Amino acid sequence: MENQVKLTKLASCAGCGAKVGAGTLCQLLEGFATHTDPKLLVGYDKSDDASVYAVSEELAIVQTTDFFPPIVDDPFMYGQIAATNALSDVYAMGGEPKLALNIMCIPEKMDQHTVQEILRGGYAKAYEAGAIITGGHTIHGAEPIYGLAVTGFVHPQRVWRNSGARPGDVLILTKPLGVGILTTAAKAALVEQALLDKLYAQMSTLNKYAHDVLMRFSVHACTDVTGFALLGHALEMAQGSDATIHLQASAIPYHAEAYEMASMGFIPAGAYRNREFAEAHVKVAGDIPLPLQDICYDPQTSGGLLCAIPAAEAATCLAELQQVASASAIVGYVSEQLDTAIYLE
Amino acid sequence: MQIIDARGLSCPEPVILTRQAMASGAASYQVIVDNNTSKENVTRYAHHQGYEVTISEQDEEYTLLISK
Repeated sequence: MENQVKLTKLASCAGCGAKVGAGTLCQLLEGFATHTDPKLLVGYDKSDDASVYAVSEELAIVQTTDFFPPIVDDPFMYGQIAATNALSDVYAMGGEPKLALNIMCIPEKMDQHTVQEILRGGYAKAYEAGAIITGGHTIHGAEPIYGLAVTGFVHPQRVWRNSGARPGDVLILTKPLGVGILTTAAKAALVEQALLDKLYAQMSTLNKYAHDVLMRFSVHACTDVTGFALLGHALEMAQGSDATIHLQASAIPYHAEAYEMASMGFIPAGAYRNREFAEAHVKVAGDIPLPLQDICYDPQTSGGLLCAIPAAEAATCLAELQQVASASAIVGYVSEQLDTAIYLE
Repeated sequence: MQIIDARGLSCPEPVILTRQAMASGAASYQVIVDNNTSKENVTRYAHHQGYEVTISEQDEEYTLLISK
């Protein structure tokens, strides 16, 4: 097996940790001429998960893409996680994925079996999601990359923006945090295989199941927690909704081992980029330990959905979500806009 | 004092090197890094191990004096 490619050795950053910071993205996109179109229901302006374009009064298309370097050495698992992560943006908009295109970059020397296994992972998750991969594009490069460009459908009146949270809403998160920290610690061989297997299973679990439950409730706002971390994505939701989000630190689900690893400094660079971007808008009330703050800034690969729903529906919704996403938890609530966008309390 | 030059390395390498060096149980170390992430992470690790950290910055390089 010594000739076998160690995929993560070919990656400079792991998973969504490779994402360019939100602050940098805003600067890069400033000042470009763009068409306005009333049928474009969701564009770039509100930092949402995907764009949404109304085709008719009954149907809108959702478009998104996501790809990253290997986060795991097993190519089949890598393919599954990358596809799950890419499909997630469609679920975060309240849509259902229908068509997908492979986006791939492979070193010229990579053996055919490894490439096929990555693709097989992608196809497996697309199939599970009910989407069809109709083609794609593959190039050669030093660092492997895999992901999907996904098109989905949503009813134009039932789009889950990240900007619709209302005062009184409760926030639910459907997957535990700490993936970025633990995959960083894994590079130092400090994470047991059993926990890694648990993380891989989590990252390759489609948000489809949480989405299907949430479809039965009044979702006011939704996003998936990925590269910008809980605080970055919550900030986008708060700012887009002209409201303040209160996150209750003690209620936030995370992998216990991530706390220890964060306190030992196994924190990915993306977490510091996220902190730099969001910190000015986050007021930490009370004594929240630094490792827990770091977990809230930790970039997640294929993270869970963060949704705002009316408080009256919260208990039922949570109970149903826990049937399909057992770590689901109420992590906070929404208030009128106060002196800051986020309170971590 | 043991000097750990972790310039040019990205996370988690500088923490791994610091951790390996600390296995010697010395009273003080000097760690040189060239990015904010490594500075923060090595500082967290040193604190976790019960050390105090003094940081000086020059030309985007950070020198961390780590001592008990």
